[in-house]
Amino acid sequence: MRPPRPLRRPPLADTAAVSHGHGTGTGLSDNKLLMWVFLGSECLLFGGLISTYLIYRSRFGDGPAPGDIFDIPFTSVSSFVLLMSSLTMVLALSALQRGDIRNNRIWLLTTALLGSLFIGGQVYEFTTFVREGLGYSTSPFSSAFFTLTGFHGVHVSLGILMLMSLLISSLRGTLTTERSETVEIVGLYWHFVDVVWIFIFTVIYLVPSPTS
Amino acid sequence: MSTATESPVESHEAAHEEGHDHPSDRRYIQVAVILAIVTALEVGTYFVHMPGEVLIPMLMAMMIYKFFYVAAWFMHLRFDSPLFTKFFVSGLVLATIVYGITLTVFEFWHKG
Amino acid sequence: MSDVTELETPGGSIGVYTRPKANTGWRDWITTVDHKKIGILYGATAMFFFAIGGLEALLIRLQLATPDGTVLGADTYNRVFTMHGVTMVFLVIMPLAAAFANYLLPLQIGARDVAFPRMNALSFWIFLAGGLFLNMAWIVGDAPDGGWFAYAPNTGMIFSPGKGMDYYAIGLQITGIASLISAMNLIVTVLNMRAPGMTLFKMPVFTWMILVVQFLLLFAVPVITVALFLLLFDRNFGANFFNPEMGADPLLWQHLFWIFGHPEVYILILPSFGIISEVIPTFSRKPLFGYPFMVFSGIAIGFMGWGVWAHHMFVSGIGPISVAAFSVSTMFIAVPTGVKILNWLATMWGGRIRFNTPMLFASGVVSMFTIGGLSGVTHSLAPADTQQTDTYYIVAHFHYVIFGGALLGIFAGFYFWWPKVFGHLLDEKWGKWNFWLMIVGFNMTFGPMHILGLQGMSRRIDSYSPGFGFEFWNMFASIGAFIIAVGVVVFMVNVVISARRARTAPPVGLDPWDARSPEWFSPNPTPAHNFDEDIQINSLDEFWHRKYGEDEDGRVVRVATAEEVCQDGSATDTHLPSPSYWPVVLAAGLPFVGFGLMYTLWFCVPGGALVLMAIYGWIFEPVDDPDGPHGHGGHGDEPTEDPPSEERADDASAETTEEAPVG
Ligand code: HEM
Ligand SMILES: [Cu+2]
Repeated sequence: MRPPRPLRRPPLADTAAVSHGHGTGTGLSDNKLLMWVFLGSECLLFGGLISTYLIYRSRFGDGPAPGDIFDIPFTSVSSFVLLMSSLTMVLALSALQRGDIRNNRIWLLTTALLGSLFIGGQVYEFTTFVREGLGYSTSPFSSAFFTLTGFHGVHVSLGILMLMSLLISSLRGTLTTERSETVEIVGLYWHFVDVVWIFIFTVIYLVPSPTS
Repeated sequence: MSTATESPVESHEAAHEEGHDHPSDRRYIQVAVILAIVTALEVGTYFVHMPGEVLIPMLMAMMIYKFFYVAAWFMHLRFDSPLFTKFFVSGLVLATIVYGITLTVFEFWHKG
Repeated sequence: MSDVTELETPGGSIGVYTRPKANTGWRDWITTVDHKKIGILYGATAMFFFAIGGLEALLIRLQLATPDGTVLGADTYNRVFTMHGVTMVFLVIMPLAAAFANYLLPLQIGARDVAFPRMNALSFWIFLAGGLFLNMAWIVGDAPDGGWFAYAPNTGMIFSPGKGMDYYAIGLQITGIASLISAMNLIVTVLNMRAPGMTLFKMPVFTWMILVVQFLLLFAVPVITVALFLLLFDRNFGANFFNPEMGADPLLWQHLFWIFGHPEVYILILPSFGIISEVIPTFSRKPLFGYPFMVFSGIAIGFMGWGVWAHHMFVSGIGPISVAAFSVSTMFIAVPTGVKILNWLATMWGGRIRFNTPMLFASGVVSMFTIGGLSGVTHSLAPADTQQTDTYYIVAHFHYVIFGGALLGIFAGFYFWWPKVFGHLLDEKWGKWNFWLMIVGFNMTFGPMHILGLQGMSRRIDSYSPGFGFEFWNMFASIGAFIIAVGVVVFMVNVVISARRARTAPPVGLDPWDARSPEWFSPNPTPAHNFDEDIQINSLDEFWHRKYGEDEDGRVVRVATAEEVCQDGSATDTHLPSPSYWPVVLAAGLPFVGFGLMYTLWFCVPGGALVLMAIYGWIFEPVDDPDGPHGHGGHGDEPTEDPPSEERADDASAETTEEAPVG
């Protein structure tokens, strides 16, 4: 019997031991690679929703047209809020990487709060639209609009849940510098949701929309 | 798709080194300030009236700039392995091509 | 499941239940994270759905055997052919490919498991949940009746009232999640876990094709996800995506579906291409001709598959320019496909071919797929397609590629890798009967459909009147269908008698086929830990190169026996990922969420609760349990009762020469 020699690495990819990419084929952490692969896939999801919106944006029938109803100044503010939440997210990561647990918590919380503010803005926007006569069933435009922005909102909300879980984990003392990669990966997701909004904000809101 | 590094050891070391030279907080704030300024410019176009042929390319340019600026700095693509960029960009490019063709078939560009 | 509720204390973490420990019995199968067992689960489940889909096919052929058939009513007929298509595509071919991918991919790259073992289990359970959910439509509601491509607005509330299309949309949504998860998992696995020395271009072709398929899934699944969501929202929440009355464009569905749909057909076929690219060289005793061309043509098919989708819409009114462009792109995609066929032929050319059953099936693929590919090219010409579309000619085309290509390839894989998985061969005599019955029945069933189609017989119509000249070939095709069924039964019989015989017969040995690729380095059946030690890969076909060298005259000579080359599977120091309950719990929640969307949102509460509980349990569960089972023996020797955990910890540490680097 030959002397047993362990395989180069056990397949325990989601453990701390290999999470920094030690011993993987590409030298990259499995988890981070997974997140990037996933984000590549998400591009096709949002692409589909955005194209649907673009095809339908001038099909508003008798209902309100996008150009009539969008409140650009308001949306600009909430877009700005989301953009800044990306900054706080990256600050949270950099704090944790320095071992600064306290600032890490503060920035995680701020990010989650900014995200919630954005969601609050979206809820306000939706209710205003409905009051102004743009229901989900009003026209192909309305369905496409609510579906696209709604999907984005669900993504942000999931991000907030993840941030809160990180925060809880931090309060329980398990979110340490060694696990900063988890924060980095949640951050990747968060920034992705932000860049999707950068796209939506310009293409859906700022580019002049048809009016009735 | 054929993007994995052929020499694990080398790239391993590279990734390791890069992992430690993340930009400083101050740099992140600078990035955010630039992003905020571009956003302000974008929003500014709403208050200024200009023909679509000028406005839309301008907006697109600023949007793309912001998009990739966030990806490069906040998502660390600047420092991280090019493999990540490849995955992300392949998704983006594929989505752009496929949906671009779809919009073309719907004659979207004619109307818009 | 009593021990599920015991709280584990270390670290005081909440929500962590004791790890499942069982290595045997049903609980082992529920909680396993072993890629090999998951592969077997995928295979067995897919064969179960294959039986259902096969019965549906027989019903269709019974109905159509004679003019004015009365076996099924028009309404039932619609449901039966819809469920037949959906089942065969999403619940049979795709999971069978996943079965092979799961079992073989880690072995072919010399890894111990996939990158994310629990996620791997999760994909399987979600797939099962989705498959059962879809078929639940037969029992609880009414089965979908809008065809596998479910064209809206025909599938909207107005034309498809009832719950059928909701089962379709939600069921496929669920199986889509499964595909997406396993795609991400396998991509990371291939990139990060290859054996030392195995560069991408020393990877076996099967692994390559599976990698391409995972990329196709990764990017195609989100597109159908969008389409299905839009359909669901139209049907259930009054959205207007496909309602022409409100100004919506019915072509939107067709585009979204086929942007997914054409890559999907390559998702179906490429795994089989991979399988026969392993089988043909082995049985021709020659290396694969043009390995780089094989790989690049696979990648090219993967890329080009994104640019041809509107060939399904030539008569939908997409405009002459679009028709011309997609017609041309479709003709081009035949080129890389042709490259593959030529390479297989060149591999066989001059080889000392052994026609064992796997090789028979593989040559079946080469010939039948060629016919299907050629008929595909005939409908890439839009004017010709205008005649052919929606007739039985199309039905002939896609059965030649999917049955003659994908399914026969999977059967080649069954016969080829059966010894690897179960440690014994399938019987050759029954295997040959299996092959000949299937191939004869198949050609009898689908060959005449070319003629019927060109005669103008429409697909998806529940009956036809006498006097159009359809009678003879329809009867002929129905007889063929039953011959296929006999062929499948022969396969099942073969499985049973071969397993019985294996109990008394000597074991199969290490290298029954004189194989070439690295999965054969481990003994048969594969032990739980796959490999005792890393394999150093120096070349493509590493396994073969260790067995054969050249003598002074440059002739190939055997230099080593399989016993010298293979590992004996005796390593005991390996640390395997621990089983987990959470994948199955999470998957179980999804159908409830689905029912909630369809009936009353209250169902979403238990569903959502299960999902949330599972996610949190999952996160707080240490991935690896230091007391977990260690690899010894194959999973073939089941009845090794587990000692209680305290003892087990001791004996584990006793035999652990090196502590696994996990926290
Ligand atoms: C040489 C490559 C191929 C070409 C040029 C080709 C071309 C086509 C075209 C033009 C159609 C549309 C016909 C119509 O509806 O009027 C079609 C239908 C179809 N093809 Fe192919 N094809 C090829 C390979 C494949 C493969 C490999 C598969 C699956 C494994 C496949 C599966 C299908 C299916 C399922 C349909 C019918 C979809 C439906 O209407 O329900 N094809 N093919
Ligand atoms: Cu196609």
